[in-house]
Amino acid sequence: MHDTVSVTGTPRSGDSEQYLTFRLDGLDYGIPIMQVQEIRGWTKVTPLPNSPRYIKGVLNLRGTIVPIIDLRLRFNLEEVPYDALTVIVVVNVGGRLAGLVVDAVSDVIALAPEDRRTPPEFEGQANRQFVQGLAQVDDKLLVLIDVDKLVNHETLAEAAEAAA
Amino acid sequence: MAIDLRRFHATFFEESLEGVAAMEAELLDIERVLQRSGGVQEADAERLNRIFRAAHSIKGGAGTFGFTDVAHFAHALESLLDDIRSGRRALDLEVVGLLMRAVDCLRAIVLAARGGEAPPAEAEALRVALERAQTAGRPASSAPEPVASTGSGWEIEFHPHERFFHTGNDPLRLLRTLAELGQLVVRADVSRLPAWDSFDPELCYLGWSLTLQKPVARSALDEVFAWVVGDCELQLRPIAAAAAPSDPGPKTEERGATSIRVATAKVDALVDIVGELVITQTMLSQLVEDFTPDRLARLRAGVAQLERHTRDLQDAVLGIRMLPIGFVFSRFPRLARDVSAMLGKQVELVISGERTELDKAIIERITDPLTHLVRNSIDHGIETPEERRRAGKPAYGSIRLDAYHKAGNVVIEVSDDGRGLDRERILAKARALGLVAPEAELEPAQIDELIFMPGFSTAESVNDLSGRGVGLDVVRSNIRALGGGVEVSSVPGQGTRFIIRLPLTLAIVDGMSLQVGNEIYILPLAWIAETLRVQPERVSQPAGGPEIISVRGEYLPLLRLDRLFNLPGRARELDQGIVVIIEADGRRAGLFVDELLGQQQVVLKSLEPHCARLEGISAATILGDGTVALILDAGSLVRQAYSAASLAAPAALGAAQAAAVSTTVH
Repeated sequence: MHDTVSVTGTPRSGDSEQYLTFRLDGLDYGIPIMQVQEIRGWTKVTPLPNSPRYIKGVLNLRGTIVPIIDLRLRFNLEEVPYDALTVIVVVNVGGRLAGLVVDAVSDVIALAPEDRRTPPEFEGQANRQFVQGLAQVDDKLLVLIDVDKLVNHETLAEAAEAAA
Repeated sequence: MAIDLRRFHATFFEESLEGVAAMEAELLDIERVLQRSGGVQEADAERLNRIFRAAHSIKGGAGTFGFTDVAHFAHALESLLDDIRSGRRALDLEVVGLLMRAVDCLRAIVLAARGGEAPPAEAEALRVALERAQTAGRPASSAPEPVASTGSGWEIEFHPHERFFHTGNDPLRLLRTLAELGQLVVRADVSRLPAWDSFDPELCYLGWSLTLQKPVARSALDEVFAWVVGDCELQLRPIAAAAAPSDPGPKTEERGATSIRVATAKVDALVDIVGELVITQTMLSQLVEDFTPDRLARLRAGVAQLERHTRDLQDAVLGIRMLPIGFVFSRFPRLARDVSAMLGKQVELVISGERTELDKAIIERITDPLTHLVRNSIDHGIETPEERRRAGKPAYGSIRLDAYHKAGNVVIEVSDDGRGLDRERILAKARALGLVAPEAELEPAQIDELIFMPGFSTAESVNDLSGRGVGLDVVRSNIRALGGGVEVSSVPGQGTRFIIRLPLTLAIVDGMSLQVGNEIYILPLAWIAETLRVQPERVSQPAGGPEIISVRGEYLPLLRLDRLFNLPGRARELDQGIVVIIEADGRRAGLFVDELLGQQQVVLKSLEPHCARLEGISAATILGDGTVALILDAGSLVRQAYSAASLAAPAALGAAQAAAVSTTVH
């Protein structure tokens, strides 16, 4: 049940890792495919009271209750109404499940270690903690996300406090 | 070639602890018989055999898995039991007491081994005491020991028979041969040496405990002893490789993992039902494959069948989690013995219905409240023997533990034939504490109910047992947290009875679905005291603080769920909604919602580990349409209501609270 997404493309070198890429407010992002459990369309969720705005609520995923995080709101981007392309990427980090709402999924690509760059350090980046690295793919910049940090309870709790 | 034995460890520990519990139960029975008959008694062979077998299998398992502390101790225990069994040692209260202590200690050693810790300090002293208690000092002959040859060496118990020399054998020659194999530590056992006047030089009285510190093959040892096996008691035990202490393995994981042992019949039933389910599913698939409207009746029948099988499957799966309540009850004979001895009372514990089954999670969490009630009965209920005699009752007080099924619930009763509740004292105490208005007149049942009030305890002295600040209010709230309830009834001079009602399982609760704005929440019925429509004039907001509602003269804080949860959308006016009075920890609060949608059974789904804990929410469930509904946590809501209220207007609420408790009897 963990292989709902069919993986295409062959790795270029032994160390290369495959990423699922998706779009968010005109930018391309990537997360390691090994952390993706499945992709599903947007369905109505049950809101959780007194939670941060970006936690849209919980969803019944075949009997498991999974929190759904709107990545636009998480990254302080402009909120848009959900449409037919809006999808939920269900990630599995160390057994912990969470759904990430993104504008649309694009592709699965393989990245060799030499393709990945550490992001430049500069002041005033609110979302710097979620960025694991950057990659240049076909003239496009790809932001690689640290999913672990994103669905981490502690991070969520901090955010909840900040929101309160 | 090394097999990782660690995966069997959990089973070994579980079985060992069960064995220890069985030994304890048998010993208690033996002790009771002894006490009644007043002294030495012919040992009940079957009971002794059961205890012996338990000790023996713990020893065997411990040897196999290299828990030498456990094995050694169990060996000492087994040897003493063997002496008693064969009549070499008389069975008296003293020995039973020693055995009882030994069983406690064995449990502690097993638990220590499970946690990868050193055995408790008193273990060695107790082991020596056990060995000393043996008269003949002849250790038990036992079933073949494990044949493993791994480990860092061998422990050899070599006890020649008395007639060993008669067959021309020389123990020294054997020891020398062994010493050639590796470094040998020799300990002689002289406990069988008789007094000089009865000493027969032609008999062998000595035994040896040998430690061969070299991992030789078992066959090499067998060869050494090949000619004497019939003439001695011989035990070969591999010394666990030093790996055992230095590599305790994934300790926390083992401790946290729980397992259930399920009767094969239950699994068979499950397999049967799944078989039926598959057949029904096949039938339905064929039916819809080429469906025509005239087959609607068959489709309906098929769906009905599917429903029935699903329900059966649900019952069967929940049944797997069910354990007999005897698991809890079995600890009480010991408790009753210790507590009554400490208080100088004579108590007989009568248990019935121990086969009644309950969810494992409930079994685990009902133990503490039940323990409290049993202690309470012995401490406060049962009188001293003199008092009882004066009242014309038998000196032995009786405490009954009953369990039975009733109307989809499990009922557990704890009753005693003691002095009953002292209503005058309870009422006086309640008045002194300000729990009851001075002029209020209460029915006897209402007075009895007061003992569940927080902070209430009539214990005059603080002793070891009760009066530690943990009262019946905690018992009640623990039981409520399990979705159950507890009541008391009492007849002065004749006794007190606590009646506990519990759901069969924690996986399913009876809930009320509430509509608030666009959302549906579930509130477990156990927490609901009543529901009512409000007249807005009964709600006031003193000093601009939280709202307070007056219900028949009782002032309760009022929580509006839509505001508390920051729900978007329109909120209903007070006169259009419903107030649900919830009760938790002895306090009540009003919960304002839009509408009651009706009662239903819901299957609990934990929000964790995927979501963080949320104030006011205990779990979630999945509704018929597949969406998630959150289950409200009444305890947390009541706490929130009171903390908000006390922050804003302590005086007003203090009065409201006092008024509330004086009428909170139902």
